[in-house]
Amino acid sequence: MTDAVEIRNAVKRYGNVTALHGVSLTIRDNEFFTLLGPSGCGKTTLLRMIAGFEDVTEGEIRLFGQNIANLEPNHRPVNTVFQHYALFPHMSVIDNVAFGLKMQKVAQDARRKRAAEMLEMVHLSAFADRLPAQLSGGQQQRVALARALAPSPKVLLLDEPLSALDLKLRQAMRVELKQLQEDTGITFIFVTHDQEEALTMSDRIAVMSAGHVQQIGTAQEIYEAPVNRFVADFIGETNLLPVEVLSVRDGRAEVTLPGGHRLQVAAAGQGIGKHHLSIRPERMALTEAGDLQAVVDRVVYLGTDRQVIARLEDGTPLHLRLQNSDRVAVPAPGKRVGLAVEAGAARLLAD
Amino acid sequence: MAGPGSNHAPGPGSWRGILVPLLLPTWAMIGIFLLLPVLLMAVYSFLTKEFRGGVEWEFSLAAYDQFFLNRGLFGDEPPTLEWTYITVFARSIAQAAGATALCLLIGFPTAWFIATRPASSRGIWLFLITVPYWVNLLIRTVSLRFLIRENGPLNDALMGVGLISEPLQIINTNMAVQLGLFYSYLPFMVLPIYAAVERYSFAYSEAAADLYANRWVTLREIVLPIVRPGIVAGCILVFIPSLGAFLAPNLLGGAKNFMIGSLIEEQFKKSLGNWPFGAAVSMILMTLVLIVLFVQARAATRQEVR
Ligand SMILES: Nc1ncnc2c1ncn2[C@@H]1O[C@H](COP(=O)(O)OP(=O)(O)OP(=O)(O)O)[C@@H](O)[C@H]1O
Ligand SMILES: [Mg+2]
Repeated sequence: MTDAVEIRNAVKRYGNVTALHGVSLTIRDNEFFTLLGPSGCGKTTLLRMIAGFEDVTEGEIRLFGQNIANLEPNHRPVNTVFQHYALFPHMSVIDNVAFGLKMQKVAQDARRKRAAEMLEMVHLSAFADRLPAQLSGGQQQRVALARALAPSPKVLLLDEPLSALDLKLRQAMRVELKQLQEDTGITFIFVTHDQEEALTMSDRIAVMSAGHVQQIGTAQEIYEAPVNRFVADFIGETNLLPVEVLSVRDGRAEVTLPGGHRLQVAAAGQGIGKHHLSIRPERMALTEAGDLQAVVDRVVYLGTDRQVIARLEDGTPLHLRLQNSDRVAVPAPGKRVGLAVEAGAARLLAD
Repeated sequence: MAGPGSNHAPGPGSWRGILVPLLLPTWAMIGIFLLLPVLLMAVYSFLTKEFRGGVEWEFSLAAYDQFFLNRGLFGDEPPTLEWTYITVFARSIAQAAGATALCLLIGFPTAWFIATRPASSRGIWLFLITVPYWVNLLIRTVSLRFLIRENGPLNDALMGVGLISEPLQIINTNMAVQLGLFYSYLPFMVLPIYAAVERYSFAYSEAAADLYANRWVTLREIVLPIVRPGIVAGCILVFIPSLGAFLAPNLLGGAKNFMIGSLIEEQFKKSLGNWPFGAAVSMILMTLVLIVLFVQARAATRQEVR
């Protein structure tokens, strides 16, 4: 089966600003693929190149095996949910949603019916005859979604389509979008800077920063096996510690932490020398005599969890999460504690 | 929806105390220099004419009678509809419409071109559009007359290049008048359209292309409806002064192409002098203009309410 989108070494320059430095990605057919990264990393630029609004400075993009460099946007079987919606201000909501179908020469009755279905799906049936200016931001965003889905594109590009929704609605829409994607089999390329959104919805994620793809993988791969400091830090919360690898044997490395503690961790091809170690806060526990000795500095109540900030002997802070439960004792600030690091929880990074 | 129309008072009552004296000069100016002359015209149109210009202060419908009714050479036949002046009006409307169409045809692409330049160079382009307007309209119209006359530079050049063998008869035609009006009022078309296109977000065009619309359909279904207020404003700003213009028709159109403006002007000349009739023609013209504006305003409101 051919891949939906294949991006080979795509470079995008605006004058002397380079927005993308040689991005290569393969997005499979029927996949829910997410581009995740901080603001300004080039997510929108990449989507716009796929949709055809920006030309590719270098490299190429293939859509179902076909090089689309010379294909105008209106000939690409791709629809976009724009970051700023771009709803046609002079058309009613239903006319907006039906526009793509009208352009595809679908008969009036059929397109009205389909547009009404789409509005129902985004819970906006009651707003069909309003103008976009008479809707809230979140409602406009859902109209944009309905409009892009109505013509059943082969690939749907979604540029932060849930960013304007409140938490409840966002969570509901996540589930619905995922369901919709599975039902329709449309390839979704979803842009977000919300890592939770990316982790919960995606088949695979590309983590981007400053115009580079840092890592591509499933949610679990990216969370549990980040390849570098950027990914480890950007996805979830983590403790990044500068360490020195003393010896490597049989895939295990012995490292020294700041303050002189020694720890055995899995090595991923690193040699002897200075590296960084990532330890997820939820994968450490307080014990009487653990791997590390620390002093509790602060305890912050977060509802489901408590965040404990402890300091190693040299003062390096370590964050850990304790479940909010009667069975977990809450340490008092100033108390000396031992920290147990789960096997496999500490990950040596390639920088 | 809250908008400029919603009537939230800007603050406590003390504001009003300042606002009234501040607005007083404005109201006075409008009253004295705008409404009073119109009122004067309205009154004059119902007075009796005095020979050699001027009016006698005696009520009369003679001016309107002269405009609409034909009572024969000696005024004793049963009245029929008088076509002379209605024909002048019809011709003026046609000429003004032609000039407006010409302005739109040239003005829209011009405005589009300027609005899509980088922000830094738009000012220069707008400046260039307005440069000719620093010269008096009369002088410009006379120059145009010189340019397009039978053995003027335009015909010389065209014959020199070999495009034509006989000089083109442009002067003293309807086309010359439209050309003159076009030249007089082009910026009134360009500027409002420019303002509308400049505010237009090309994200809409991208969204249309994303939804399979080609360029032509995008222009028709997305761009034009969105910038429509600018186009309508431009058309009104060109059409209305064109309707009452007299320089271009007088200097370029020749005797048989004269328009309302010339008709009115004639009435206030010493030799012919029929002030009430001139005033009546002005009032009829103004009524016509007000009807156009009213219809347009109604259409615009309906569009917004929709
Ligand atoms: N037309 C342009 N001219 C110059 N630079 C641009 C242009 N468009 C984007 N850039 C730059 O390219 C980089 C990537 O921009 P892009 O819009 O793709 O970011 P993004 O990842 O979508 O960010 P966000 O999450 O804020 O939407 C930014 O540094 C931006 O300043
Ligand atoms: Mg963006």
